Amino acid sequence: MTDLPQNTGQKLGLVIDLDTCVGCHACVVACKGWNTENYGAPLSDQDPYGADPSGTFLNRVHSFEAYFDDAPAQIIHFPRSCLHCEDAPCVTVCPTGASYKREEDGIVLVNEADCMGCGLCAWACPYGAREMDAKAGVMKKCTLCVDRIYNENLQEVDRVPACVRTCPAGARHFGDLGDPESDVSKLVSERGGVDLMPEQQTRPVNKYLPPRPKDSKAVMHGDSQLEPVATEATGLIAWVDRMLEKLP
Amino acid sequence: MNPAPSVILFTVASGAGFGMLAMLGAGMPSPTGWAAFLLFSLAYLLAVGGLAASAFHLANPKNAVKAFSQWRSSWLSREAILAIAALLVSAVNAFSSVFFETVLPVFGWVGSLLSIGTVLATGMIYAQLRAVPRWNSPLTPALFLAASLSAGALLTGQPIFAVFGLLMYAALQLAVWVHGDEAFPRSGSTSSTATGIEAEHVSLFEAPHTGSNYLLKEMVFRIGRKHASRLRVIALSAAIAIPLIILFISTSLPALFLAGIVHLCGMVVARWLFFAEAEHVVGLYYGRNA
Amino acid sequence: MTQPDINLSPKPGDEVRKTTCYMCACRCGINVHMKKGQVAYIEGNRDHPVNKGVLCAKGSAGIMQVNAPSRLRAPLKRTGSRGSGEFEEISWDEALDIAVGWLKPLRQKAPEKLAFFTGRDQSQSFTSFWAQNFGTPNYAAHGGFCSVNMAAAGIYTMGGAFWEFGQPDWDHTKLFMIFGVAEDHDSNPIKMGIGKLKARGAKVIGVNPVRTGYNAVADEWIGITPGTDGLFILSLVHELLRSGQVDFDYLARYTNAPVLLDEETRLFQRNEDGKPLVIDRRTGKKTPFDEKGVRPDLTGGKGKHLTVFRLLADRFMADEYSPDAVAGKTGIAAERIRRLAAEIARVAFKEPVVLPIRWTDFRGETHDTMTGRPVAFHAMRGISAHSNGFQTCRSLHLLQILLGSVETPGGFRFKPPYPKPSEAHPKPHCKVRPGHPLDGPHLGFVHGPDDLALSEDGSPARIDKAFSWENPMSAHGLMHMVISNAHAGDPYKIDTLFFYMANMAWNSSMNTEEVIAMLTDKDESGDYVIPHIIYSDAYSSETVAYADLVLPDTTYLERHDCISLLDRPICEADAAADAIRWPVIEPDRDVRPFQTVLIQLANKLELPGFVKEDGEPLYRDYADYIVNHMRKPGIGPLMGFRGKGGDDVGRGRPNQDQLDRYIRNGGFFVAHVPEQAQYFKPWNDAYQNWAVDLGLFDAPQPYLFQLYLEPLRKFQRAAEGHGERQPPDYLRGQIREKLDPLPFWYSPVSEGLEDNGYSISAITQRPMAMYHSWGSQNAWLRQIHGSNPLYIPVQLWQEHGFEPGDWARLTSPHGSMTAPVAPMAALNCNTVWTWNAIGKRKGAWALSSDAPEANKGFLLNHLIHELLPPKGDGLRWANSDPVTGQAAWFDLKVRIERIPGDAGPDPDFDPLGSPVGKGPVELAWEVGND
Ligand SMILES: Nc1nc2c(c(=O)[nH]1)N[C@H]1C(S)=C(S)[C@@H](COP(=O)(O)OP(=O)(O)OC[C@H]3O[C@@H](n4cnc5c(=O)[nH]c(N)nc54)[C@H](O)[C@@H]3O)O[C@H]1N2
Ligand SMILES: Nc1nc2c(c(=O)[nH]1)N[C@H]1C(S)=C(S)[C@@H](COP(=O)(O)OP(=O)(O)OC[C@H]3O[C@@H](n4cnc5c(=O)[nH]c(N)nc54)[C@H](O)[C@@H]3O)O[C@H]1N2
Ligand code: SF4
Ligand code: SF4
Ligand code: SF4
Ligand code: SF4
Ligand code: SF4
Ligand SMILES: [Mo]
Repeated sequence: MTDLPQNTGQKLGLVIDLDTCVGCHACVVACKGWNTENYGAPLSDQDPYGADPSGTFLNRVHSFEAYFDDAPAQIIHFPRSCLHCEDAPCVTVCPTGASYKREEDGIVLVNEADCMGCGLCAWACPYGAREMDAKAGVMKKCTLCVDRIYNENLQEVDRVPACVRTCPAGARHFGDLGDPESDVSKLVSERGGVDLMPEQQTRPVNKYLPPRPKDSKAVMHGDSQLEPVATEATGLIAWVDRMLEKLP
Repeated sequence: MNPAPSVILFTVASGAGFGMLAMLGAGMPSPTGWAAFLLFSLAYLLAVGGLAASAFHLANPKNAVKAFSQWRSSWLSREAILAIAALLVSAVNAFSSVFFETVLPVFGWVGSLLSIGTVLATGMIYAQLRAVPRWNSPLTPALFLAASLSAGALLTGQPIFAVFGLLMYAALQLAVWVHGDEAFPRSGSTSSTATGIEAEHVSLFEAPHTGSNYLLKEMVFRIGRKHASRLRVIALSAAIAIPLIILFISTSLPALFLAGIVHLCGMVVARWLFFAEAEHVVGLYYGRNA
Repeated sequence: MTQPDINLSPKPGDEVRKTTCYMCACRCGINVHMKKGQVAYIEGNRDHPVNKGVLCAKGSAGIMQVNAPSRLRAPLKRTGSRGSGEFEEISWDEALDIAVGWLKPLRQKAPEKLAFFTGRDQSQSFTSFWAQNFGTPNYAAHGGFCSVNMAAAGIYTMGGAFWEFGQPDWDHTKLFMIFGVAEDHDSNPIKMGIGKLKARGAKVIGVNPVRTGYNAVADEWIGITPGTDGLFILSLVHELLRSGQVDFDYLARYTNAPVLLDEETRLFQRNEDGKPLVIDRRTGKKTPFDEKGVRPDLTGGKGKHLTVFRLLADRFMADEYSPDAVAGKTGIAAERIRRLAAEIARVAFKEPVVLPIRWTDFRGETHDTMTGRPVAFHAMRGISAHSNGFQTCRSLHLLQILLGSVETPGGFRFKPPYPKPSEAHPKPHCKVRPGHPLDGPHLGFVHGPDDLALSEDGSPARIDKAFSWENPMSAHGLMHMVISNAHAGDPYKIDTLFFYMANMAWNSSMNTEEVIAMLTDKDESGDYVIPHIIYSDAYSSETVAYADLVLPDTTYLERHDCISLLDRPICEADAAADAIRWPVIEPDRDVRPFQTVLIQLANKLELPGFVKEDGEPLYRDYADYIVNHMRKPGIGPLMGFRGKGGDDVGRGRPNQDQLDRYIRNGGFFVAHVPEQAQYFKPWNDAYQNWAVDLGLFDAPQPYLFQLYLEPLRKFQRAAEGHGERQPPDYLRGQIREKLDPLPFWYSPVSEGLEDNGYSISAITQRPMAMYHSWGSQNAWLRQIHGSNPLYIPVQLWQEHGFEPGDWARLTSPHGSMTAPVAPMAALNCNTVWTWNAIGKRKGAWALSSDAPEANKGFLLNHLIHELLPPKGDGLRWANSDPVTGQAAWFDLKVRIERIPGDAGPDPDFDPLGSPVGKGPVELAWEVGND
């Protein structure tokens, strides 16, 4: 199974808008909730009420600080989960065949029944998208909510990943990135969506929309200022009167 | 990367064990009877013991047998298959040498090659990881092989080969460090490529969680530079310099054995550093700007 | 090669129960997926008017709230000393008997000796009804320390406020400016709104010393100096007035700008009916403002008469509000202010939104279109939690109104039951008659000295001194003053403190350490100075340890609740809406819904309103009350499914099926505002009539926006010596100066502080994934925010030589404490900040004592005092807004020193005993499939 499919039917994935993400962690927890109850073993937590709580999450939201030319520093919230890479190194390294990339839609999954918990796939993933569950001893990763997107027990509108459905700001989009006509593909081309760490040669399916220029000339709309009509109150009153007289 | 004791022990011990099997299989030396028993036992103890230690690293060992299935793509799978093959094939020669006092050179040579293959495969497991730039180089399997053969030569009492192996290993280890220290910047991965944010400077402001997680424990291990250089000196001395000095003084079996033990201790340090110094690019997401 | 077979269609549950989230005051609709009677997954309800399917981190983590080990298990009677956390579990019968034993004699003799304060209560119309019938004047909820400046300034000025009571017109706004908001109560709607703006490419400007969250995604960030927003806003006003870029038509028609002022008293000129007068441009005559067809003249007949507009032009065109004059204090360059004013003016007047909707105004004039100024503003505690917050909020409303962007397309819109003029709200009541109910509702809006809550002798009638001369317009009460006043016996001693869901011994008090001391202080005879403390919490919070009697509440999935139009409903600008919670699971502990407990107490106390003449209970429990209680004939807690068949909306007889109908409808009810009533609501006939039909009010009540706030002028007049009721002399100056009827700016920081080296502002922000103190008991959320660093601007970081891993010592005039530090560049260069309420007391919340929350997490509250440092006049002035009493959390100024390495927490409190034990060592919470 660890061979990668030559060509997947679809390339399902996420498009994440860094210009819109407010860093609320809603997607993080919705993902935790859905995947604790669904696909495979529950996502466990160790020392949950103690000194060193840790646990398995499939999606995490970081905040970065960035400096641009001639502008104040910015904070950019950055959600991170599996990118469902086309050249997924996590799949090819897996000795047991537990890791695989689905032929029909390109989703990268771990078949927990086969996983021996060696951790090599997590080492191979540049993006930190895999976390070993300390209780179940199997590798966990974003499933692209494979058990939602085709789920016949859900209404059609709800057949999207849990994180996408919950995102209050609408910063997460789901669709087929293999179809240039899909909404997500269009969004990527309009907004200049990018690959993360292209130098890692993983060819991620997920794309990130970079933050739009901020605080720059482009959004400051020139250096215009208003023309005064009066410099003190009596002048203004007189001006207003003249103006009102012109009205019918 | 997290220098997990089980993995350090596994790679050092099994490296030495397969190194011994490679030497023994190639007829350097070709012991029979009790001598064969002792040497092959030691080799198997190290190789199998190492493999057993690696099982401790598995979170779900009950599926370990499935690791033989993916030889077409996975170096870990190849390593597992090669290791078993090397152990089995070498066992024929060992059995014959011990109990029938007859060396079987064909089994020996094939076993030897399989052992070398095993060690190379182990090296390839790390070398293939683009996400760990320090390892992502042909130098890695070469380093593993040189270390393995050095230990093998010392423990099988082959002074000339040992000196040769140790010098090779010394050269490779230095090359690996020189190469490795520049590997991360050379890999081109930066906070900026990791996030797709094109700015003069991008740094982590707030981690996604104040609690810990698997990634932090496993991959975002970081050791201080000062500490590392001290350990490098220790590793070089124990794994290479002291054994060479011992060999220079005496090439008696006990001396060779002593050199072997010192070397293995040095290797534990060197291997600890191999993991501890390796930066995974995922560190970029956790404020490790490498 | 074959891929494994996976189940692509697992059932998310065997049943969905739709109720309302409770992890914050946003009150989103949730779908609770159940498996075999257990909660399996919680997601947002797509049909719900508030969240339309989305859900925040806290809401999604509700399952961890419901299984939290910190849940209280049974009523508790204190056995150890206060603060020890030692309790004995008792039966409900015993608990109710104890409470009645304390309360009954109070009601008979001195009802005011009960102080009943409810924190972040979502049932205030009910809890206040209880307190009113008990007869104590001492009731309020948490608004006073929260954001009463925002509420009061909005309601007095425009008849509605930001907070969750209104919203930008997300679909039409082209320029959105957000001041001092980290999260707000409208959590999800704001995020959804910002998402909409981003999708449309509309511009967002964030005004905030800190650039995180909403400010991080803002296209332009203004890292203002804390406390100076008023100056900045008024300099924008200055620029707009100078250039004539204000909506004169709007001002003339819908605001009191044209209202005539008496030259001497500066009170409104009124006709015999008390109607404010304007000059009618058609006739040039003084005419009541609301006469049919009247065209109010802004300039008072070419300046012959004094109008509000003339007064405000005078004030704001003065140099003190020019961009050059304010640049230094605000930290915003003058050119930038000018550019922003130009940008605002361009969007407002060159890019108006014109909707082809015909409507008729209250003067009978019909308009063919609705024209709006698509500049929308929003603001919250960043401007209101300062001691100049009331006037700053007023300044922002002034700006909005000058632009004509309130209740017009693209601007700011009210949510029903707003708009509602301040006169339509009740006035505060405080008349105590032992054994009888109070003479009316506790809280409300005063319109002059006569409305203050004073005793015969002129002293404050309420324990929190709300509606007294110290803070006359304290519309929400002053919960933050209750403990210290009760402890000091000022204005009088009380017997029983009764708190509900407010963590007063920790994050919701200023000056936590001293508050704890007050709660545990004993008098000479060895009795507690505050004799009895009853507390209702659902979890093992810090405050539980200080109660004598603990009434354990259910969690939000285990009880009935009602989110009512009578208090803080879930309306949207285009719809009135209310909602319920209902027990989607049964409690597995001996706990009771607090509202039901109040009813049980009321029945035992035989409170009017709760029992019939013969003492028979009117209501069994809260569910019964929700259905059958009527405030006015036909009007009850819920507006939907009223009347016999359940078809009446707003007004109608109680319907015994009402709760079932709500449940079948998804837990909420929506009544849409008709199209022609969507904007210009305060003056729009169609809206006014719709609101009357729905029961929001009894008769149409169009009104004018109050740029000039006459009630403030009445207080000033009292301070100047006019009238019967006179303020104490020491307050005259403050009232004359600060209760100015026109907005203005003054420094919120005590004089001299900066000279003594307290020059750095220290503020807090709400983390989006945590709700005050309760997130820390949540196994998922506490992994996200388990500790909080103090963020320090890079310049200060370098100046002090901080290194990662260091701590800092922070010192305010009031105290000193330690905190771990981290650097930040996107921050005002003279401000430090941290996440609010992450720090926990050891032993609380069923966390282990070595939990990071208690060892690295910290509260800034230790440095904030409810009183200002002595000024040398022998008086202690409150650290609050002089108009409303709002707690001035964000006026804190500190000094900072580096401590190399980990200093550990200081102050460091002893661990509390845990009445609930500790949590498990591992969690893998799967309800599971068969
Ligand atoms: N430094 C600083 N301090 C601040 C602020 C700040 O910005 N900075 N903000 C202030 C503001 S605006 C506020 S509103 C306060 C908030 O302060 P609090 O209102 O005290 O905050 P919470 O932590 O929400 O505490 C409420 C209590 O309610 C309990 N509770 C939760 N759910 C239930 C339930 O279902 N039933 C019952 N009976 N109890 C329940 C919780 O366990 C908790 O003990 O903090 C104030 N304190
Ligand atoms: N997730 C979550 N949501 C919540 C709560 C929660 O605890 N967690 N609490 C709820 C409650 S009770 C309340 S009251 C609301 C409060 O909602 P907000 O008012 O949004 O809450 P704060 O976190 O107090 O945010 C104050 C903001 O003002 C900024 N600020 C401080 N001083 C100034 C200033 O002088 N000028 C300007 N322009 N900005 C300033 C701070 O940096 C911060 O961003 O949130 C509610 N919603
Ligand atoms: S992101 Fe990581 S885990 Fe996901 S497919 Fe790519 S390499 Fe594999
Ligand atoms: S941890 Fe499991 S999925 Fe990952 S490489 Fe090992 S066996 Fe494969
Ligand atoms: S797609 Fe599903 S599994 Fe992946 S991050 Fe989103 S919620 Fe988690
Ligand atoms: S839910 Fe949306 S806005 Fe919130 S952190 Fe995730 S992607 Fe960002
Ligand atoms: S904003 Fe979050 S916590 Fe608040 S009610 Fe909505 S889902 Fe619940
Ligand atoms: Mo609040």
